[in-house]
Amino acid sequence: MTVRERIRQNISAAFYRHGLLCASYPVPIILFTSASILTCCYPLLKLPLPGTGPVEFTTGVRDYSTPSHESQGDLSERPDWYRGPPVAYIQQVLVKAAVSPWDNSLVPVDVFRSPLGRVFSVLEEIRNHVYTDRSLEALCLQVTDLLPGLRRMQAVLPEHGCLLVSPGNYWQNRRDLFDADPDLLKTVHQHEPKGLHTSATLKDLLFGVPGKQTGVNLYSKKRVVTYTITIALSSYDARFVASLRARLKQLHPSANCTLREDHMVHVHFKEEIGIAELIPLVTTYIILFAYIYFSTRKIDMVKSKWGLALAAVVTVLSSLLMSVGLCTLFGLTPTLNGGEIFPYLVVVIGLENVLVLTKSVVSTPVDLEVKLRIAQGLSNESWSIMKNMATELCIILIGYFTFVPAIQEFCLFAVVGLVSDFFLQMFFFTTVLSIDIRRMELADLNRRLPAEAGMPPPKPGPLRPRETPPPPRPSPHTITLQAPAFRNLRLPKRLRVVYFLARTRLAQRIIMVGTVIWIGILVYTDPAGLRTFLAAQVSEQSPLGEAGLPPHLGVAPVFPGGDPTSTLSGLPAPEPTPLPENQSQGHRAAHPEVAPVSSPQITWGPEDEELWRRLSFRHWPSLFSYYNITLAKRYISILPVIPVTLHLSPQEAIDTRHPQDTHHAPPPSIKTSDLQTDLTLYKVAALGLFAGVVLVLLLFCLYRVLCPRNYGQNGVPHGRRRRGDLPCDEYGYSPPISEISPLLLRGHSMDIECLASDGMLLASCCLVGHIRVWDAQTGDCLTVIPNNGLRRSSSSGCWEHRDGGGAVGGQDVDIFPIRRRTTPARPALFGDQPDLTPLIDTNFGLSPPSQALSSSGFDFGGLVEKAYQEHEPSPTLAFPPSPPPVLPPELPPQNNGDWDSSVWAMELRGNLIATGRSSGKLELWDAVEGSLRCSNEDGVSGITALAFLNNRIVAARLNGSLDFFTVEITKPLGLLQYRGPPGRGSLPPSPCYSSEDVISCQLTRSVQCAHQKPITVLKAAAGRVVTGSQDHTVRVYRLEDSCCLFTLQGHSGGITAIYIDQTMVLASGGQDGTICVWDVLTGSRVSHVYGHRGDVTSLVCTTSCIISSGLDDLICIWDRSTGIKLYSIQQEVGCGASLGVISESLLVTGGQGCVSFWDLNYGDLLQTVYLGQSSEGQSVRQLLVLDNAAIVCDFGSELSLVYVPSVLEKLD
Amino acid sequence: MADNSLSSVDVSALSSGALMRRGPYISMITNRTMNLLIRAAMLFMVGVFLALVLNLLQVQRNVTLFPPDVLSSVFSSAWWVPPCCGTAAALIGLLYPCMDRRLGEPHKLKREWSNVMRCVAVFVGINHASAKVDFANNVQLSLTLAALSVGLWWTFDRSRSGFGLGVVIAILATLATQLLVYNGVFQYTSPDFLYIRSWLPCIFFAGVITVGNIGRQLALYEYKVNQEKTHQD
Repeated sequence: MTVRERIRQNISAAFYRHGLLCASYPVPIILFTSASILTCCYPLLKLPLPGTGPVEFTTGVRDYSTPSHESQGDLSERPDWYRGPPVAYIQQVLVKAAVSPWDNSLVPVDVFRSPLGRVFSVLEEIRNHVYTDRSLEALCLQVTDLLPGLRRMQAVLPEHGCLLVSPGNYWQNRRDLFDADPDLLKTVHQHEPKGLHTSATLKDLLFGVPGKQTGVNLYSKKRVVTYTITIALSSYDARFVASLRARLKQLHPSANCTLREDHMVHVHFKEEIGIAELIPLVTTYIILFAYIYFSTRKIDMVKSKWGLALAAVVTVLSSLLMSVGLCTLFGLTPTLNGGEIFPYLVVVIGLENVLVLTKSVVSTPVDLEVKLRIAQGLSNESWSIMKNMATELCIILIGYFTFVPAIQEFCLFAVVGLVSDFFLQMFFFTTVLSIDIRRMELADLNRRLPAEAGMPPPKPGPLRPRETPPPPRPSPHTITLQAPAFRNLRLPKRLRVVYFLARTRLAQRIIMVGTVIWIGILVYTDPAGLRTFLAAQVSEQSPLGEAGLPPHLGVAPVFPGGDPTSTLSGLPAPEPTPLPENQSQGHRAAHPEVAPVSSPQITWGPEDEELWRRLSFRHWPSLFSYYNITLAKRYISILPVIPVTLHLSPQEAIDTRHPQDTHHAPPPSIKTSDLQTDLTLYKVAALGLFAGVVLVLLLFCLYRVLCPRNYGQNGVPHGRRRRGDLPCDEYGYSPPISEISPLLLRGHSMDIECLASDGMLLASCCLVGHIRVWDAQTGDCLTVIPNNGLRRSSSSGCWEHRDGGGAVGGQDVDIFPIRRRTTPARPALFGDQPDLTPLIDTNFGLSPPSQALSSSGFDFGGLVEKAYQEHEPSPTLAFPPSPPPVLPPELPPQNNGDWDSSVWAMELRGNLIATGRSSGKLELWDAVEGSLRCSNEDGVSGITALAFLNNRIVAARLNGSLDFFTVEITKPLGLLQYRGPPGRGSLPPSPCYSSEDVISCQLTRSVQCAHQKPITVLKAAAGRVVTGSQDHTVRVYRLEDSCCLFTLQGHSGGITAIYIDQTMVLASGGQDGTICVWDVLTGSRVSHVYGHRGDVTSLVCTTSCIISSGLDDLICIWDRSTGIKLYSIQQEVGCGASLGVISESLLVTGGQGCVSFWDLNYGDLLQTVYLGQSSEGQSVRQLLVLDNAAIVCDFGSELSLVYVPSVLEKLD
Repeated sequence: MADNSLSSVDVSALSSGALMRRGPYISMITNRTMNLLIRAAMLFMVGVFLALVLNLLQVQRNVTLFPPDVLSSVFSSAWWVPPCCGTAAALIGLLYPCMDRRLGEPHKLKREWSNVMRCVAVFVGINHASAKVDFANNVQLSLTLAALSVGLWWTFDRSRSGFGLGVVIAILATLATQLLVYNGVFQYTSPDFLYIRSWLPCIFFAGVITVGNIGRQLALYEYKVNQEKTHQD
């Protein structure tokens, strides 16, 4: 083990140093890494790009022999696919035919009817050609049935015989059918697929030339018909082919034909990716992307999540590229299909290490220097990284020894990829991480210094529909959402879908991406198809028809180099066709008459040599695939074409006419000059421009109609937002102005210090010590307990609701003179006499509200309290409706010092208010009557926190001690219990004190040194009391016997926030910004997250998540079980601490003069409620959620009661 | 309305109303049978999908370039194969977490979706290799696939129960397939019988491990919710 430990230490130290290095010199290291990536990828340039296009290889015809299957050694120039016989030899007979000379008596159909008709005689010639004893039947490729799915092509394509296709197939190679066909064009076009097609069509297959070049249309200007007769030969017989060529040439000589005849081209087709292969491939890629998504989602707590995710992906990808590059460099050529194995390589290499690194670095203490953080994070994870890498290498090595070549190659790539990935992780990713963390710190610093600097521009002001519109708020409520989506739950679903589409511009993007992909596919796979398609589009769809727009005009600008027609027309016109040589047809020499119309001229140029190149490269595969013959990974040999020139006389053309041909439209004016074509072009352009403008205008109108709100322009006020109080979505949806209207509770003259509530009542205490009790439902002020004496004011209506009654401020003063009666305090008696105050209080409680008492100017509270303490079970005297003796204020204010102490903690349960004072005194007040029920002065150290649960009160003191009190109620049973034992009428769980009860408060246990340092937080629930202190620990006590169950250690700073609830969930947050979740039953730490920069100021848990806020004004929402941060909400400065959870999915936070409601599940802002004009600029410092979903906010000296029924209804 | 009260102290005795307080989605997940059904449905779909895709992988080698009816033939040849795979996947995926719970040894290895995705990718990769890589002989194929499958188990599962269940189910499934073949219900596309027999158990084993992984990950949600519920009670 020692060896292992030593290795471990060494690795750790090495990683530490490496981390320091990376963080110290980020730029040079990144440059170095990029350079090495580029160097390693350099060999990739030599690799051919993967593709499915066919490959050609040209050999001479003369010394051709079928290549053998075995590869010969010397054939370096021969491609390795050139082995064995080809699938077929393709012999094309290229026929160019024209009616010449042309005269005006001919109709347009004559351009192609008779030339096409001649195909049958040529076919006959070919079929019947015999050389010695060989006929075509013996040599040609015999095909069987068509594929079952192609029934409709059965009539056209040959079956059970030679594969010999020509335009004659349209008419089953029968002249009589051809002659009887009234509309040739219709016959030709009826097989054309509708809509978009990019690969070979039937017309292409039969004619053997690109559709534009056939000349079979009514408006052909050249009047030359071109087609081929395609013969597929299964074996090559040079002599037979030569004799056929000679025979055809002899029959139909082509004059100035200089086509080269000495080269045959072998075309090798790669394996095409069909849909069947695509589906598994796509599946693996989907899995890959899901994997990457789920992995990078875990990156957290960094400045730029996307940046790091990108860096992670770049790391993996470039390590793959490097691996391929390195392997190529050392002579290993990849034979595997890259696209197929790529996902597996990525999965094998994995993103795990990168994520582990990030997590480890992020979880180091923030107060360290960046360098040290990186170094620490690296060295923490060094061992596991090395271990994982060794394991993976082992697995891959095992795979290498399977001795299957493909797997071996895969493993080789994977090994090199792993190593280069490790290299990149160490250098590239670590450095990027250090830069990111440094940026985060800088941003943090910037954000803290100028608090307002980073704020978004103000949004206009608050609500109050019934008031005059208030002036725009100077300090608005701004929300920075870091959650990915800004969905609004309050919208109906379909609107949300629409908004989602609108927001993300999903449709546009999909269409755009689709178009780009489609164009890419077209360009990449099928340039010929695209070209013909474009040409067809331009010529056919021009509004003026084809007539005026010769194809070359439309096409030439698009593909200047590649277009056949343009080169054709660009050729210098050769001399007129010497017709008389055409003797084989018995064709009389046409007199070279002076033709006013241009006679068609048949020209042969070099472009005719390999006319098949202009066909789609799927031409041959699709032709063969009809017969279930695949060309994938095989090749065909294309023999040089045999040119055939046919000249027909006008008479012949007229003879072959079908009766209906003349019914066709007269030929359009062919006197189209260049000028006219130019004009056409201009017209087309003008029309297009006009259409474009109209389209834009139409879209604009649609846009205006459909999207009247000018989204995208934040801050521009428009009609809807004139009332201007609710924050709008980015697409302009503002939630309906709701019925939420805050009640203002005014009355305190100083800032409110403590707030307590039990659902029905609400108690507040201000800086000077006034305690006011409010009705949580209505906002009525029930009681006022002033500081300097026992004053009570009962049920004085001091809520005001948006009519801004100004009389409230003076209410205290108004009331006090009336309430003259005070409880009797007998300083002389307090040593040995029972205290009568409760009784007197009782009476007052029963008295009508108008009979308010007050005693101002003197103070005897201390006396009362002392009396209470010493006579715990205070006897009750029975005279319920007794008019209390009004004691004049003759009592000297001997206990003023006591009242000077301020209230530090307050709790409200039932109708008892427990207050803890800085003097260490614990008081219990009747909330309704405002009378002091008992007090306890056992401790001298100030009470910093109070918890009131059932009948127990726990007080935490400044000196770190913890006092447990028991509140006992003695029912006034017959009023005989004078100085009797304390009433055992133990309280019911939910205390309900009647005013007759005598209440005593007894110190049951005092834990002197609960904590070494002052207790900062005290929470009680579920029979447990949890304290958090400055001494970094959390302690859990049992409430019943005040026994310390656990001391929880895990924070590295003082505890600032604790949450415990009925379900025994305990979470604590500390000054170090960490949040710990504990198991209260076992005292173990469930999770530990680093949450905030600075103190955690408050914590709330729901069943699924933890909500924390910190001094950094960030509210973070964590998944409770996994500890993953779901999202965070940026709060305004100073408002971070105020938050509460209303229901399982509704969070309320305070802001500058407003409260905001959030949907917890999505992090959406549901609504913001402004609390009134006077609260402008005041930030909500405390926020209390009551049972009936009212929210009490404390801002300054005012309370605001927000009752939110609507929100809850929505959520129910 | 009343159930919305969540002031931190008075939550007591509301645990009965816990279901109502949650949203409809959560309560649906919490509902045990509903949860089971959802999981089964998801696993079924995963099984069907994987069966189709992998079948395609195996089939496509024997098809020509432009087969107009590959898809239809895949769907029609043995239409009952994908549903069977789906049902098996649902059963296995539910069985695994159930067994974990029974044995009391919850699966502790990295329980994250990214890991599950990795597992699925490796499974598809094994299938890919078995379909596309040319092996010298069947023994080599068997050994390689076995090593890969065990590697898959070790990387993503590492639980003894998972291994045992995987082996048992693989053997059972192979036997069932053989029976079907002998009875002529089902036929292999490839004439080489040994070839098929050598990869079938390994593929079954890897598939069981993968589906079990998915099932466990899905069960994690129910487990989480239930844990909270028991805490509340």
